[in-house]
Amino acid sequence: MASLVGSRVERKEDKKFLTGKGRYTADINLANQAYAYFVRSPHARASISKVDVSKASNAPGVVRILTGDDLAKDKIGGLIAGWKIVSQDGTDMKVPAHPPLANNTVNYVGDHVAVVIAETLDQAREAADLVRVDYKVLKAVVKTSDALNSKPIHEGIDKNLCFDWGLGDKAKTDEAFSKAEKIIKIDLVNNRLIPNAMEPRASIGDYNPSSENLTLYTTNQNPHLTRLVLSAFCAIQPEHKFRVVAPDVGGGFGSKIYPYAEDAVIAWAAKKIERPVKWVAERTESFLSDCHGRDHITHAELAVKNDGKIVGLKVETIANLGGYASLFATVTPTYLYGPLVLGLYDIPVAFCNVKAVYTNTAPVDAYRGAGRPEATYMIERLVEKAAKEMGIDRAEFRNKNFISKFPHQQCLVHNIDSGDYSAHLNKALELSDYKNFENRRTESKSKGKLRGIGFCTYLEACGIAPSAVVMSIGAGVGLWESAEIRFNATGNVSVFTGTHSHGQGHDTTFAQIVSDKLGVPIENIDLVHGDTDKGPFGMGTYGSRSLAVGGTAITKACDKIIDKGKKVAAHMLEAKPDEIDFKAGEFIVKNSNKKKTIGEIAFACYLPGQYGEIKSPLPEGVEPGLKETAFYDPVNFSFPAGTHICEVEVDQDTGETKVVAYTAVDDFGTVINPMIVEGQVHGGVVQGIGQALYENAHYDESGQLITASYMDYTMPRANNLPELKIDYTSTPATSNPLGVKGCGEAGAIAAPPAVMNAVIDAIDTDISMPATSEKVCNALQENKKNNKEAA
Amino acid sequence: MQRVSLVINGKEVSRKIEDRTLLSSLLRDILSLTGTHVGCDTSQCGACVVLVDGKSVKSCTLFAADVDGSKITTIEGLANNGKLHPIQEAFKKNHGLQCGFCTPGMVMSVADLLKNKKNPNDQEIRDWLKGNICRCTGYQNIVAAVKDAASKM
Repeated sequence: MASLVGSRVERKEDKKFLTGKGRYTADINLANQAYAYFVRSPHARASISKVDVSKASNAPGVVRILTGDDLAKDKIGGLIAGWKIVSQDGTDMKVPAHPPLANNTVNYVGDHVAVVIAETLDQAREAADLVRVDYKVLKAVVKTSDALNSKPIHEGIDKNLCFDWGLGDKAKTDEAFSKAEKIIKIDLVNNRLIPNAMEPRASIGDYNPSSENLTLYTTNQNPHLTRLVLSAFCAIQPEHKFRVVAPDVGGGFGSKIYPYAEDAVIAWAAKKIERPVKWVAERTESFLSDCHGRDHITHAELAVKNDGKIVGLKVETIANLGGYASLFATVTPTYLYGPLVLGLYDIPVAFCNVKAVYTNTAPVDAYRGAGRPEATYMIERLVEKAAKEMGIDRAEFRNKNFISKFPHQQCLVHNIDSGDYSAHLNKALELSDYKNFENRRTESKSKGKLRGIGFCTYLEACGIAPSAVVMSIGAGVGLWESAEIRFNATGNVSVFTGTHSHGQGHDTTFAQIVSDKLGVPIENIDLVHGDTDKGPFGMGTYGSRSLAVGGTAITKACDKIIDKGKKVAAHMLEAKPDEIDFKAGEFIVKNSNKKKTIGEIAFACYLPGQYGEIKSPLPEGVEPGLKETAFYDPVNFSFPAGTHICEVEVDQDTGETKVVAYTAVDDFGTVINPMIVEGQVHGGVVQGIGQALYENAHYDESGQLITASYMDYTMPRANNLPELKIDYTSTPATSNPLGVKGCGEAGAIAAPPAVMNAVIDAIDTDISMPATSEKVCNALQENKKNNKEAA
Repeated sequence: MQRVSLVINGKEVSRKIEDRTLLSSLLRDILSLTGTHVGCDTSQCGACVVLVDGKSVKSCTLFAADVDGSKITTIEGLANNGKLHPIQEAFKKNHGLQCGFCTPGMVMSVADLLKNKKNPNDQEIRDWLKGNICRCTGYQNIVAAVKDAASKM
């Protein structure tokens, strides 16, 4: 059997999706189900004196209307921030209560006030219009830049400050700056984005009053954690009587890693009315109440020697958390951001300060890359600017400062095990035909277009770990992963993982690993995930962790299967276990032709006896069955890196900016399925291009979300994009036996700075994301005016 | 309430429905053909595309009553006796889908394109697909799949 690892194996999961047989949450309908519609705040900030449901309750079809008062009466707990951050002064972060239905205040447009449950969706929606809420509108704090200077929106949280966090050695950094030959400064805004998985969120609660079992079907990347939070913190249902199912999920990008208010309310409501309750978000509800991403304001400075060697870095960031602290909201701009501000450069000292603030906007949480795109955008804009100001070629400047020896202990946190940064830079230079760029610029100019080129060389930290370390810096849970390999008596295999696939192709990639490892044909392997009643507890999918952590757990469980198989084979073949080799699905006695296939061993393990014979195929002390579980806690993060080079053309008259060439060379370590990895890079890069050129969550002064539909929020479409050139280099990770590093977020991390550096190179003016036609056009006009004045 | 009669995936269907019933809702909620997805409610994302008398339309903004008497093809009706249609086959071979949510609409849009244009070039494919949003694939492998399918049809 040929090795599958490294092959472009077509996806096992595709057929169901291509024939309309996927089963997403909204596709599920339960007998006797009622429908929920949420009453949401139309105001960014208000206090509520009364929620009057009397008229709505009498509307046709209404089953029940539940409010924050009902929630409080049932002692349902609030949503949590899962990672405790400690400020520089030693105080704990400040977190406001976050009830799933508003108690007496609302803190963003779309915040949850009440839920109307009716026989049909139309009836629920119509009755929701009749719920009368007495709001006293309060002055909202909307802008990130205003938060620290505004009156608190949450009682007792002075300056709207959640925490003021520092990382690094400030004194040493100041000293390096005092001696620096050159200091390069930059001010940046990392625009707020709306994740926009194509499947809107949905939840269905189903309670059986006799068995007292509750099932929640939900659009989620992390069902076990969702159950844990809804049990332990919201106190909706004990964990052992609670099943969370995340069936087919239509994209997540971070926005579905945790339970939302709707999940808590729907689960609780179903239990309360003892009927299934279904809720499916309209797209505008998704825009308003899915957690948003990014939203940083940053000032950064780079201390450099005249020869271009970086000697220090200072970063000050204000991160907007929105109206509440969502589950991963506090770790995203700290431990997922701060350590990465160094990029892949050998920077001797650095200090990073992050102030996280509350505003009356939708909560901000992890979105594809989570902290790492923000860090990379900062350092890559800064490095490009430094190279330009110092008259050093952008590639040469980077190469000069790359970490070149591994393992490398960075001055902030990470110990990087492997990499070869010049290798991917050089490959990208060649693939993008960098040396002839100026000819292309001239050619574009002859057509009246401004052409620019921009670089991003990035470092990523994936597979966040080890548990003991992350918990020591505030994580509410350990970040290991589980796997179970369950042989069936007939020799085929069910693989259980605690990760969750919502587009990443785990069914295929994980099966490739198991097939190679155990010598079982891939069609005889099935992956099971997304159901807390089936596999062991796991930590879900985010942070490009599934393969590095979950794949390793699978590998370890396979090793246990092989160990047990050797014992059984030895007994059956009358040899000792250490005389048995396992290869390509066969247990073979060394230097002999005596062997048993793994299928025969599985059969013997489940049917350990024969008619008419007393002798068991199992050795003494070996239990029947062939099923092994492994929990794997990584020893370190994995560190993908790469070089992306973008070329844009700008129309001088309209400001329209187009990406005309894009090259990505990534080092993801070992690649299991190059076809799937390519897809991850394409998708990530396009999301990054979206951030750079099109996407922006825009709130007006009063806190109304102006971009709350696809008519208003621009998503990259097929005709906005060129064909991307993708290639790889590979330095396998040493922190896991597969050598894999993670690939899901790289594109979204690398593309924004590559694109923006190209735009700035084209128009020779600093500009913020997204570089829309309007903004670019205005910048060009301003340029012209300034040039005229100067002349 | 009114009665609509349609031929859906070759099967005659007649139902009494509320006047305001959208075609997507008739398919999904009444006929349990959940392969047609609803992603945006504003005719922007294209997850709900089906063929009405051979033409691709967004079923989330079309009253079912307005297409009374039509022939509808949904994603469930594209494969023939379990054998994937060349477009479905090409999406699989070229990794033209990830989470699968936009896929039914994407495939149905492509079916309309390839009926009218035998060998579209990259730009024609990209222009045609601008009414279908995919958040996962970055479109590149979808374009490759369309070209592959065109070569086989």
